[in-house]
Amino acid sequence: MHIKEGLKERHTLSVTVTNEPGVLARIAGMFTARGYNIESLTVADITEDDSISRITIVTTGTPAVIEQVVAQLDRMVPVHKVTDLTLLGDHVERELALVKVSGTGDHRIEALRLAEVFRANVVDTTISSFVFEVTGASTKIDRFVELMKEIGLVEVARTGIVAMARGKEAV
Amino acid sequence: MPKEQSGANILVEALCDLGVEVIFGYPGGAVLPIYDVLFQQKRIRHILVRHEQAATHAAEGYARATGKPGVVLVTSGPGATNAITGITDALMDSIPMVVITGQVATHLIGSDAFQEADTVGITRHCTKHNYLVKSPETLGNVIHEAFHIATTGRPGPVVVDIPKDVQVATAPYTKPGTINHASYKPQVKGDIKLIEAAVEMLAAAERPILYTGGGIINSGPAASQILRELARVTGAPVTSTLMGLGAYPASGEAWLGMLGMHGTYEANWAMNQADLIVCLGARFDDRVTGRLDAFAPKAKKIHVDIDRSSMNKTVRVDLPIVGDVGHVMEDMVKVWKARQHTKADLSPWWQRIEEWRAKKSLSYPPSTTEIMPQAAVQALWNATHKKNPIITTEVGQHQMWAAQHFHFESPNKWLTSGGLGTMGYGLPAAIGAQLGNPNALVIDIAGEASIQMNIQELATATQYRLPVKIFILNNEYMGMVRQWQELTYSSRYSESYSDALPDFVKLGEAYGWKGIRIETPDQLESGIAEMLAYDGPVIVDCLVAKVANCFPMIPSGASHVEMILADDQVSGELDDEAKALV
Repeated sequence: MHIKEGLKERHTLSVTVTNEPGVLARIAGMFTARGYNIESLTVADITEDDSISRITIVTTGTPAVIEQVVAQLDRMVPVHKVTDLTLLGDHVERELALVKVSGTGDHRIEALRLAEVFRANVVDTTISSFVFEVTGASTKIDRFVELMKEIGLVEVARTGIVAMARGKEAV
Repeated sequence: MPKEQSGANILVEALCDLGVEVIFGYPGGAVLPIYDVLFQQKRIRHILVRHEQAATHAAEGYARATGKPGVVLVTSGPGATNAITGITDALMDSIPMVVITGQVATHLIGSDAFQEADTVGITRHCTKHNYLVKSPETLGNVIHEAFHIATTGRPGPVVVDIPKDVQVATAPYTKPGTINHASYKPQVKGDIKLIEAAVEMLAAAERPILYTGGGIINSGPAASQILRELARVTGAPVTSTLMGLGAYPASGEAWLGMLGMHGTYEANWAMNQADLIVCLGARFDDRVTGRLDAFAPKAKKIHVDIDRSSMNKTVRVDLPIVGDVGHVMEDMVKVWKARQHTKADLSPWWQRIEEWRAKKSLSYPPSTTEIMPQAAVQALWNATHKKNPIITTEVGQHQMWAAQHFHFESPNKWLTSGGLGTMGYGLPAAIGAQLGNPNALVIDIAGEASIQMNIQELATATQYRLPVKIFILNNEYMGMVRQWQELTYSSRYSESYSDALPDFVKLGEAYGWKGIRIETPDQLESGIAEMLAYDGPVIVDCLVAKVANCFPMIPSGASHVEMILADDQVSGELDDEAKALV
């Protein structure tokens, strides 16, 4: 016997939640308990009084699974609203990465040149290293990291995706 | 400014404000302050169980039989972990329950202190919601919110974990007003446009069926009444899940019996051949649908449920309506009448149903030498149904026989562990039901294996003078396991024999119960009469045919129309695909 799987889609969800202890564990736990995937998850408080956090989740699954993910999130007590940005249509997705590169001489100059092309900022430097801050779509960051491998990539830290629908309305 | 009082006092005050009359619990180090407050008051009755799991099942039984939330109080660590099974059971069967757990003092949390467990972490996966209360100032509001969440929307268990220092520290408490939760707002009324569409689909259907579930019972007695009205005006046949039995009376003319794995031939064939299925407060559980790709292939499906996540979870439906099933059915009946729909001529449909019914799928081979377990349940029904008894069960063959052969006329009379299938549920649930209904006849129909899983609760019934009855269908096997082993594993009875059984009569007597043994068919009626005549708790050890199987049965991985009706159809070995299914 072999286990079959259906065709998967990638969806970006925006979830607003009450900022209370355990809320992230609750959401992440629901994903593992029900066998859903989390490709990326970001969370931060978005209100002045620290009352509400916005979570951006990138998940993959069949359309039926994605519908369940949204419904399961929506029924959780601290969840205010769930928006499937992918289903909604046009939206922007951005990610930030810190990329540490070491090297001297030509490698150092090439690193700076590439950073300029990618509009990456230097946020730390030593005689033999840089830390770049690069923002953009995940694919852009992938490409930047890929290029830096040839120059002297040391380590990468990425935020995961934050996303927002285009246009004047809030989710 | 209201006076300051201890967290423990605040808890008890809040419970009183919420109308709590009974708590099922077990004391321990981390709840001693609460127990001290309970000792000094008379408004709430505390029922001391013998194991925390039983406290949760007793609370479930109380909740299911009364419609009120069940309340549990246990200590930290093992107290909380012992309660997990019952909490999960309540989650699966949507039972309103609030579980108060003690916790080590806040400064000790995370230090692996004595009897410390991460209760909120552990119960996050098996509660509707849970709380760790870090100050007495917030305790009152949390308790009120916990009851609000447990009892509204799709009901479920809520855990409130209270560290010992929070029980001792003081704060003012005032009863909060109406709870207006920032994010939790269950949808009660269904969208009227969708309801109108549903009514039109019902009016146009030639082969409709109402597939009802536990949601109707959770909605309250009015929902059961309106279901009867909906069935009457539409003329549609009614079937029910295990959890929904009693919502529609078994004597009603539209009744087809239970559907699903051990449902009747007519109910399952009607589901398979229907052109419209109206699912009312049920959730297309795998025990109901059988093989999904062969489930109700000809039917359009309407799904009414208060939980949006139940929609399209396993079965795609044509018309999902989110709302309380009682309210939605009421609106359906209103719209039906306002549009002057009359009962369609469903006679060809009913004729087919009668043909299926003629199979008499619940019949079983009679015996004059042995007590057939089905006959025992029928005899029990004959002797008791006029008393409108509350029936609880354990889990296994006896549970299915009880569901098939004990006929329920009203809601809140049938208490069983459906979703989780928890052996050991029945006795504590009977205790909870009896406390909520002191004058009712409460019978736990049990198996000899399941009953041993919470047998210590015999003492609880004795202590509180609860006249619950246990009726054990004793076949010396974990019968359902044995049945599956016959069907799937060529009768290799791996560990399914109940060896070294206690003498249940003497065991009962040791706990202060009356014990009765029924060994032959001619003792059945008199034994039941003796049980009913005794004004106290009775345990009946009814020795039944050892290898009887529960039919009809839809085997794993089969569709509704591949039902097995009798033993001679049981094959030896199933393929891997079927073996992999539960």
